[in-house]
Amino acid sequence: MNPPAPPRLRLAGIRKVYPTVVANDGIALAVEAGEIHAVLGENGAGKSTLMKIIYGAARPSAGEMWWEGERVEVANPAQARALGIGMVFQHFSLFETLTVAENVALALPGKPPLSELARRIEEVSQHYGLPVDPRRHVHALSVGERQRVEIVRCLLQNPKLLIMDEPTSVLTPQAVEKLFDTLRQLAAEGCSILYISHKLDEIQALCHTATVLRGGRVSGHCRPAEETPQSMARLMTGRDLPVCEHGPAAAGGEVRLRLAGLSHASDDPFGTDLKDIHLDVHAGEIVGIAGVSGNGQQELLRAISGEDIIAEKFPVQICGVEAGRLSAGRRRRLGLCFVPEERLGRGTVPSMSLTDNAVLTAARNARLVHAGFVAFGRARRFAAECIARFDVRCGGPQVEAESLSGGNLQKFIVGREMLQAPRVFVCAQPTWGVDVGAAAFIRQAIIDLRNRGCAVLVVSEELDELFEICDRIAVMAQGRLSPARPAAETGVENIGLWMSGLWPGADGSATETGRAAA
Amino acid sequence: MDGALFTSMLFATVVAGTPLVIVALGLLVSERAGVLNLGAEGMMAMGAVAAFAATHASGSPWLGVLAGMGAGLAVALVFAFLALTLQANQVAAGLAVAIFGVGLSAFVGKPFESVALPAVPPIRIPFIADIPLIGEALYNQQALVYFSWALFWAVLWFLARSRAGLVLRAVGEAPAAAHAIGHPVIRIRYLAVLFGGAMAGIGGAFLSVFYTPMWAEGLVAGRGWIALALVVFATWRPLRVLVGAYLFGGVMITQLFIQGSGLQLDFPAQFLSSLPYWATIVVLVIISRNPNTIRLNSPASLGKPYRPDA
Repeated sequence: MNPPAPPRLRLAGIRKVYPTVVANDGIALAVEAGEIHAVLGENGAGKSTLMKIIYGAARPSAGEMWWEGERVEVANPAQARALGIGMVFQHFSLFETLTVAENVALALPGKPPLSELARRIEEVSQHYGLPVDPRRHVHALSVGERQRVEIVRCLLQNPKLLIMDEPTSVLTPQAVEKLFDTLRQLAAEGCSILYISHKLDEIQALCHTATVLRGGRVSGHCRPAEETPQSMARLMTGRDLPVCEHGPAAAGGEVRLRLAGLSHASDDPFGTDLKDIHLDVHAGEIVGIAGVSGNGQQELLRAISGEDIIAEKFPVQICGVEAGRLSAGRRRRLGLCFVPEERLGRGTVPSMSLTDNAVLTAARNARLVHAGFVAFGRARRFAAECIARFDVRCGGPQVEAESLSGGNLQKFIVGREMLQAPRVFVCAQPTWGVDVGAAAFIRQAIIDLRNRGCAVLVVSEELDELFEICDRIAVMAQGRLSPARPAAETGVENIGLWMSGLWPGADGSATETGRAAA
Repeated sequence: MDGALFTSMLFATVVAGTPLVIVALGLLVSERAGVLNLGAEGMMAMGAVAAFAATHASGSPWLGVLAGMGAGLAVALVFAFLALTLQANQVAAGLAVAIFGVGLSAFVGKPFESVALPAVPPIRIPFIADIPLIGEALYNQQALVYFSWALFWAVLWFLARSRAGLVLRAVGEAPAAAHAIGHPVIRIRYLAVLFGGAMAGIGGAFLSVFYTPMWAEGLVAGRGWIALALVVFATWRPLRVLVGAYLFGGVMITQLFIQGSGLQLDFPAQFLSSLPYWATIVVLVIISRNPNTIRLNSPASLGKPYRPDA
């Protein structure tokens, strides 16, 4: 009788101690060949550290790792890749000034000529429904497009174990389905997949087994198909999942944000030009903008926030004032508060304290500056209030922004903007990369803000999120914006179709849809 | 201007620009890997004195160049150890190495101060050196001038076309990401710094063995700093470094010619002496003012220490 084959990857007693925190403690897990194994946990539960250890980007303080039955020590990522371990990162692994093809070439062994590589990239990206143009520079790509590059780069290496760190957060529902087909096909061919996510429905749909982490330790193993989202959430957070309370929108609020035929050519040669965008956002309602990233959302947000000043005054109206030529600071004075997509770099200055970061946008509205001097006492109290009210887990107002986990930093930024009592609140990707608990908290905070009479505009690539919180939803495609439809009267299917630019009344597509209907 | 004068001024321009071309291209490579090497002046000074001493002792200028390169390498190794292994601040470490190199070269060079070397004859390239006006100026030159041109093409090809150059640029752009996909960041940065040091040493050797040919304290005269400035103002692009270096050389020669011609000037001579510096900077700033070009060519991690997460 043959003994059963050893698992592809087995970990035992993995422990990782950083100077101030024990990130992993006594972690054990095993992944078989062809298995899709979920690693679940809140932000800060130690998922990323564990993946870094497997991938050789961090050394464990203690513990053992077996690869196909043999004890291995992975000292660096090059060794991991030699073993056949590939990883799709959530952050920090693309080179902004290089093209897509060059980025892929850097990760591949050997020296494929770039033209040959470009062809392979196009093949793989088309086959798996992950369109990317190999000739474009990465700095000109949106977050969603960058993630596609990461995934394609990994798939080109034919790995035996693929680590995916929240790969679906910025894909359309259709693309997620396609990706899942790809992953199932890879698994059927014998590739093992470690799938990190906080989206419980995805894990149920895709993964065979799951390991749940809480506070750096394994809180349970399970078979997702035999669990409910509630039971997995309990394993993950140790408590029940909060549910968003969402009453109907108050009718008849005045228009607080009006886009009246906004057109703007992008400065970036690879950017998307905005074409004749019309939208009204009323006091007391949440309007969502859906769409696959790279269809002009970044440009739209820049034109609204004042990062880009447009040629004429009237296309952007904030609380009745024609604001197209006003700077970002002047627009904030009109009552606009803005949460950008990029938390480190746009939302905060990474190396500055939370107090200093609070002063940067709340100086005027929260009176943190007095006669030209920063009122540090007030600023500290403001930051501390934000930390307390929005449940930001951190060492206090004096810690640097970059030391916070993504979810906690997002709660801080959202809190900082909301505490300024905005009249118009614009938020990009409110819960991107944020765990379920924090995401529910942020969504509820947005709904509460709307209930207090604020006009809210949310740009997100997560349709479930938009349907959960929005009163009306519009879709962005190729620089154009569809009409906003009440969320209750439309559905995921319909919005998914609009994402390809086919809404009634869109250029040329009205007749097409008419013909399709006929 | 008559033809002979033009030829001799072009000749002098190329000679004056050559050390800058060699040193700046070396620095460009280290900066593209993300290491700001402010020690270039010291590496040039040590290269110059070592080359002079070796040539004096052996009689062979080629052994001199080799010695200059070795001295530049040695000083670069000190800098790399401080900045890369010990993770010292690159600016402070670079300044320290610059001051150290200049001081040590003056000390080591004391015995050679009154010694002269025989001039090294230029190498004449048959046929093309007969082209009127430019032939004599460009193709009857010192071997290191031809070397600087080869170096230019090599660096251009390396950065734009080779895989190793791509890896180097990636390391300069985002060391954490390069480490994450398996490239040895520290080793690559070491090699880049050592290459820069070797080129600075050769640049120094050109000054003391071919250009003057003599040794005096302060021989390098700030050319290491000029080379550093050239790299930045040329937005890390080899062709612009070349243009900047010859521009500097050309203006330098022209103003020397005007000062030496006995023309009556109604402004101070110091103004003329400052001309090469600010003319080069103004021209390079103007040709490099496109923000997209700067964004695509400046190494994002320049000057920032990186240590792999252990």
